[in-house]
Amino acid sequence: MTLLSATGVDASLGNRKVLRDVSLSLAAGHLVALVGPNGAGKTTLLRALAGLIPSGGEIRIGGDTLASLPLRERAKRFAYLPQGHMVHWPLPARDIVALGRYPHGATDPARLSPRDMEAVLRAMLAVDVTEFGDRRVTELSGGERSRVALARVLAVEAPVILADEPTASLDPRHQIDVMQKLRNVADTGVLVIVVTHDLGLAARFADHVLVLSEGRLAAQGTPDAALSESVLASVFRVSAYRAEFQREVVIVPWADV
Amino acid sequence: MSVQDFALAAEVAARRRWSATAALLALVVLLVVLSLGIGPVRLSPLAVIEAMFGGGSDVAQVIVREIRLPRTILAFAIGGILGLSGAALQGLLRNPLASPSLFGAPQSAAFGAVLVIALGLADVRSYALPVVAIIAAFGSVFALLAIAGRNAGLLILILAGLAISSFAGAATALVMNLSSNPFVVLEIAFWLLGSLEDRSFQHVALALPFIIAGAAVLLSQASAFRALTLGEEAAQSLGVDVGRLRLYVITGVALGVGGAVAVTGTIGFIGLVAPHLMRPVIGHDPARLLVPSALTGSALLLAADIAVRIIPSTSDIKVGVLTSIIGVPFFLYLIMRERRALGGGVA
Repeated sequence: MTLLSATGVDASLGNRKVLRDVSLSLAAGHLVALVGPNGAGKTTLLRALAGLIPSGGEIRIGGDTLASLPLRERAKRFAYLPQGHMVHWPLPARDIVALGRYPHGATDPARLSPRDMEAVLRAMLAVDVTEFGDRRVTELSGGERSRVALARVLAVEAPVILADEPTASLDPRHQIDVMQKLRNVADTGVLVIVVTHDLGLAARFADHVLVLSEGRLAAQGTPDAALSESVLASVFRVSAYRAEFQREVVIVPWADV
Repeated sequence: MSVQDFALAAEVAARRRWSATAALLALVVLLVVLSLGIGPVRLSPLAVIEAMFGGGSDVAQVIVREIRLPRTILAFAIGGILGLSGAALQGLLRNPLASPSLFGAPQSAAFGAVLVIALGLADVRSYALPVVAIIAAFGSVFALLAIAGRNAGLLILILAGLAISSFAGAATALVMNLSSNPFVVLEIAFWLLGSLEDRSFQHVALALPFIIAGAAVLLSQASAFRALTLGEEAAQSLGVDVGRLRLYVITGVALGVGGAVAVTGTIGFIGLVAPHLMRPVIGHDPARLLVPSALTGSALLLAADIAVRIIPSTSDIKVGVLTSIIGVPFFLYLIMRERRALGGGVA
């Protein structure tokens, strides 16, 4: 069943056209990897899907057009995790996670309804951050902070999660950890779209891969099909070592073609 | 960790914040009483309270209720709106060095006011002075945020603020330069220093409506500042209309600062200092800092205005001079603390 669809979407940054005629149709319960070279328009597509920037074409979410939804309603349907897990003030981790309830009207972390409190707690448990709920986010390690950011996004309890490079600047163990947690979330029926540069992680964890090149969808499908040799050569200008390990697809990009 | 632990932790933190705010409120009340008692005729706190509620001698009543009360009300309200404006700007820009005076808002408001005075349109009963000051303050903050753009770093904000306040200063100097009446120039020069002396209820009526409106606008946006902790994009994805929020903050700051400057001249650095004093006590949550910063601003200006009346000197020290003399070294200290962020260019 299609949850999120886009038809002929385009978007511009200033005078530069960044997205051209992107059409896609994505189902609930899938982990979708959005890959492409630098400047391909991945972040812009994510922002357009969430309605954070104006775009042409039509985006539909669960039967409604995005354009018809007020800001608050969009916020309930899309949980958006920007790049870098930026936190500007040293707030306790719990207050950061509680901001995930903001679209539901819970704007004060000190006055959450029991329902909101449970949602925050569920999110913190899912990514294992309850132990540092009282600590300031600025005092946490990069891996811990990325989990707090993830918990904040989960606390929205939105049907769609859009995560922009959630594994960037994490060590290998934490990269796998974050992807595994997003995989678990997708398995509960949420549509998770992840921007990543790591083709190996995309191949291993995603059900569906979108390959973006110069603002157009160059390929999409199962990891094996979308990240085929010809796509890697034409879009990324690399070859790759391919194998299977523990019944998962392994792709290791190799030298320039 | 359970829902109960969760609720308990939130309650403990909330209780601490409430007791800090209550203590602050008590301090403000104490300073109000002291402020009403100090002057050529010194009155004891008890005599002040008696006179306030219609007791004591007629002379004491006139001194407290008619001569000193307007000054005290203005110190309370203007200190409060300056502290609140600083906290709101710091929340909007996620930046501990943001403040109205560093962005040139009071200087621009002063330029507007000076223009009105020089043209001879100023009258205690006329709203021309505050309205023009508010428009000038709005223009300056709007220009600053437009120049700095979204997600501006510390350095850009401070440089743009420096440029705008220099420009406002130059424009003010030009008006004084072109003014043919030396008495007007002298009046403007003294007025620019910032003072609460000899203010009447007419001044209160002139400034207070704008200050209250500005405060209401800024306080209504409290929770949006909290969401902005995650950056503009994430805040927008949580349902905050960031463009509208910016406009609200600019309007609130302009109303408050413009209204304040119109009756007292420029009083700087309270907006910068107040939120910093409160962060160790209240925490860094920008929404919770608003009211305590306003109370701290009130306390600071009341205390400064008491100080200028009891520091022995041959001529009066203007309160705006005192706040700057104390505020600028504090600013330098903050620069030292934020050195790393400033050096990096983007905060």
